[in-house]
Amino acid sequence: MSDIEERVKKIVVEHLGVEETKIQSDSKFIDDLGADSLDTVELVMAFEEEFGCEIPDDAAEKIVTLKDAVTYLSANSN
Amino acid sequence: MFKNKKLLVTGGTGTIGSSICDYFNKNECDEIYSTTTNLSKVNTNLDYVKFTELDLNNIKNLNLEKIFDYDIDYLILNAGLNKDNIFLRMSSDDWSSVINVNLNSSFYLLKHFTKKMVKKRFGRIIFISSVVAHTGNPGQVNYTASKAAISGMVKSLALELSTRNITVNSVAPGFIQSNMTDKLNEDQKIAILDRIPMKKLGDSYDIAKAVGFLCSENASYITGQTLHVNGGLALI
Repeated sequence: MSDIEERVKKIVVEHLGVEETKIQSDSKFIDDLGADSLDTVELVMAFEEEFGCEIPDDAAEKIVTLKDAVTYLSANSN
Repeated sequence: MFKNKKLLVTGGTGTIGSSICDYFNKNECDEIYSTTTNLSKVNTNLDYVKFTELDLNNIKNLNLEKIFDYDIDYLILNAGLNKDNIFLRMSSDDWSSVINVNLNSSFYLLKHFTKKMVKKRFGRIIFISSVVAHTGNPGQVNYTASKAAISGMVKSLALELSTRNITVNSVAPGFIQSNMTDKLNEDQKIAILDRIPMKKLGDSYDIAKAVGFLCSENASYITGQTLHVNGGLALI
């Protein structure tokens, strides 16, 4: 597992209170992990903080799974 | 009542805005922030308020992250202006500047501050609306449109934010003795008093206290509502 994936997973575990073993890379935050729409906003804010980058709204809307987040952050984080 | 809490009220130099600042200051609010279009207009008796100069008409071009680098507990969207004229004589500039300042600026301020409120799972958002949003008023098509739009915003936003312990309400003043009603002439004032069952204009502190109530613990289960403070002028 890449360093970025590990950090993203940690945030998801902490924020959504789900067990790490239940998170697959294609698990959807809302459909599979019990997040509501505000949780997805909060996750993106937490990613921004952790990775020191700004994720614009149009990109944030496309981050619906762990994999989406890792792909975006691998390409855009500092 | 507001110990360890932070308040931002837009338009803090107006009659209602400065009464809100004063009321929260007297009730131990920790930090009070405000905005004004012109810092030189700030009265020295508001020296406990941290003012920022802000042109709400131009807010979409401003970097709010930089201007408001703090979080708050209470956001009072109070700043507003009116440019009255009968509709057939209303210029498109007077239409858009009133909609921009009274309505559109709230979009940008809320975008910025609700994020922070969601994160800390607490917030009280109060819009200052107006009785005329609910009754109509000749000469104020732009103003009433901007204020009536707030009613819808309050309800939808209240529903969206309710799970995060953030309440969204509005206070709708009737005719309050203020810089806005000072512009009315004597005949207009007499006509208005005639329509108010309490036979007096409201005091700006009547509004400040209603805002204080909605921010207080006593109102923690109230959201999506409009509190009318109008001396019986309109019972809605």
